[in-house]
Amino acid sequence: MAQTLSREQHLDLYYYMRLNRSLEERMVRLFRQSKIVGGLYSSLGQEGISVGTAYALEARDWMAPMIRNIGALLVKGCKPRDIFTQHMAKYTSPTLGKDGTSHFGDLKTKHIVSPISMLGDLIPVLAGVGIAGRYLGQKIVAMTWIGDGGTSTGVFHEGMNFAAVQRAPLVCVVENNQWAYSTPVKRQVPIRNLAERAKSYGIASAIVDGNDVLAVYQAAKDAVERCRAGDGPVMIEAKTHRMRGHAQHDPAEYVPKAMVEYWTAQDPIGRYEKYLTNAGLWNEKKKAEIDARIERELDEDQKFAEESPLPPAELAEQGVFCDGCHEIKARWERPVEEVTPPRCSIEMDGWTVEDFGQLENIETEKMESVAVSKLAPSDQRSENVSGDAKSGVRSGGQKNTGAKSPARHPLRKGKN
Amino acid sequence: MAAVTMVEAIRQALSEEMERDPAVVLIGEDISVYGGAFKVTEGLLNKFGWERVIDTPISESAIIGAAVGMSYMGLRPVAEMQFIDFLACAFNQMTNFVAKSHYRWGAPVPMVVRGPSGGGVHGGPFHSANPEMYYAHTPGLKVVYPSTPYDAKGLLKSAIRDNNPVLFLEHKFLYRRIKEELPEGEYTVPLGKAIVRREGADLTIISYAAMMHTSLEAAEKLAAEGISAEVIDLRTLMPLDKETILASVKKTSKLLIVHEDTRTGGIAGEIAAMVCENAFEDLDGPIQRVTSLDTPVPYSPPLEERFLPGVPDVMRAARELAQY
Ligand SMILES: Cc1ncc(C[n+]2csc(CCOP(=O)(O)OP(=O)(O)O)c2C)c(N)n1
Ligand SMILES: [Mg+2]
Repeated sequence: MAQTLSREQHLDLYYYMRLNRSLEERMVRLFRQSKIVGGLYSSLGQEGISVGTAYALEARDWMAPMIRNIGALLVKGCKPRDIFTQHMAKYTSPTLGKDGTSHFGDLKTKHIVSPISMLGDLIPVLAGVGIAGRYLGQKIVAMTWIGDGGTSTGVFHEGMNFAAVQRAPLVCVVENNQWAYSTPVKRQVPIRNLAERAKSYGIASAIVDGNDVLAVYQAAKDAVERCRAGDGPVMIEAKTHRMRGHAQHDPAEYVPKAMVEYWTAQDPIGRYEKYLTNAGLWNEKKKAEIDARIERELDEDQKFAEESPLPPAELAEQGVFCDGCHEIKARWERPVEEVTPPRCSIEMDGWTVEDFGQLENIETEKMESVAVSKLAPSDQRSENVSGDAKSGVRSGGQKNTGAKSPARHPLRKGKN
Repeated sequence: MAAVTMVEAIRQALSEEMERDPAVVLIGEDISVYGGAFKVTEGLLNKFGWERVIDTPISESAIIGAAVGMSYMGLRPVAEMQFIDFLACAFNQMTNFVAKSHYRWGAPVPMVVRGPSGGGVHGGPFHSANPEMYYAHTPGLKVVYPSTPYDAKGLLKSAIRDNNPVLFLEHKFLYRRIKEELPEGEYTVPLGKAIVRREGADLTIISYAAMMHTSLEAAEKLAAEGISAEVIDLRTLMPLDKETILASVKKTSKLLIVHEDTRTGGIAGEIAAMVCENAFEDLDGPIQRVTSLDTPVPYSPPLEERFLPGVPDVMRAARELAQY
């Protein structure tokens, strides 16, 4: 597992997960001191997903985080001060106080698209990023995240389907943390694995133990490579659990205690610490060094944020339109002659779409009608989703070779 | 040089901009091989290839979303809505993602959304929309609605070159009904500038898109009755050219606004308020408006005719105002 990662990289993963957690712990304290202006969301217990997936990206790649992906922002090069100042609505924040939380980005160097609150909207946007990258000859991959609840939006479907037909280099990480606000995933979708949906889009998918950062990293790495090779989008379902309420205001009394206990034992940082120790990748001294570094960095950035001013009121009136403040320039990594006439022209002597119109492609013999009552429940028929949390990405649209055993739900042991 | 239709003028703008700048790409439903429902993009696939003329599934939110993503990569996508009514399906993307991007985090969105709009062709409740005010009301979007082939071409070029998202509305009644000779060489028409289509002394009529022609016809007939109407074509609704409006109101002291959009919340109300704020002393009569009814656009010809403002409606209002 993850032999490709060096010792430094293994420690990197720990550093980012711990930084993510410590940063959020500090923000909870700031929230209680009324120093956070708006709401505060927690990614406690989900750090392995943010960090493991983003760690599979290269500097040239693009991403758009959701609200519980502070870890991904840190991996992509954002500083804790960005997160502190955003939440505290400071003038020194990346958005100068115009927006909060993880709603910021960086087009120029870090290649981060700012999310908006409306769930699902990022999917087609990141598909567009990927398609544009391909057009410009850049070998980039676009990654975004969505919750179990977010997958129920119409735009999620539009975006995934669009990405699929375009074979966009898009990695969509579905964080199945069992809850969407107060709604359990079973009331969100009638299927066991959200990754089953990948099959209907004809794209590759994987299911991974979201609390195992190395498994997450490996799945993401496979997905990114697949995308970069031009094989189209990949959906990764990471099973995990939201360990706090929807946001600070929510005590989450609707979450069964047994569930919290089960998942507490699955804490991704605790598990990874044990792994590092058992694998001999660090010792107490090394851990203490990293932890001290994190505290130092957080001290400094928190101080910076707390001492930063709020924005001047006049700022409210500025920046609705770009009045020449930005120079917009595409970064071409292929000769533009390839896409300008006459070289890009097409002779249209009648037209065909590849693979379309050939009658043998219409597999009539497989379309025998089945009485509705005889249809198997979807989880028994799924076969392109991987039952082994640690295995890599499987292709969509595989030949049906009969039902395989359903993917094991991490909750099974504890609950089902 | 032969006169061209609005469709041809728009196609010329797209083609010339795509030749000028490889960052310009088209995205929409049935726009490649088929050339779009109204054949606006016909022939562009041949010239620019599949990568630049992108057909999509029937997914308006995905079209607008993908265009945003492309914009962030430095491209200048032009998204076609098969009918502008369907932009409502991507209302969220337009008003929340597109419009707020530059303000929130300084990320410009240099995209154009264009599509056939307006009534008069018996399109019924879902193929006749004049959606300008939903979007003009949303800070961060520019809205253009031309009335002539010349303007359509010049404004679309400006819209594509603009660093901001522009909603470019094309009145489908005008697509093939009017023709105009266009200059040989390259030209653009600036966004945010209205134009005085006809000089006059007694009252000002402000309009745009198809109602521009209704207003001009009415002005012609009013002249025969001895009423001299000045006619202004807004061309761009957002940003609104307040200067041209106020200068004309100061000259004629009377203002009539004509639009095909429904009455309540139409731009007439906004213009009236703006004029009252800035030129109340100059007014010699109550600001009047001629608009369509506050109903959906009905299908059957006599119903749609009743719904749409016509030349007699404009003349009646103008006469009353002139006599005031
Ligand atoms: C389109 C939309 N509807 C409603 C909301 C309000 N809302 C914010 S987060 C949330 C729950 C999201 O659940 P999930 O997608 O599972 O993500 P999680 O919070 O579990 O990370 C809801 C309903 C929203 N942001 N967007
Ligand atoms: Mg959830």
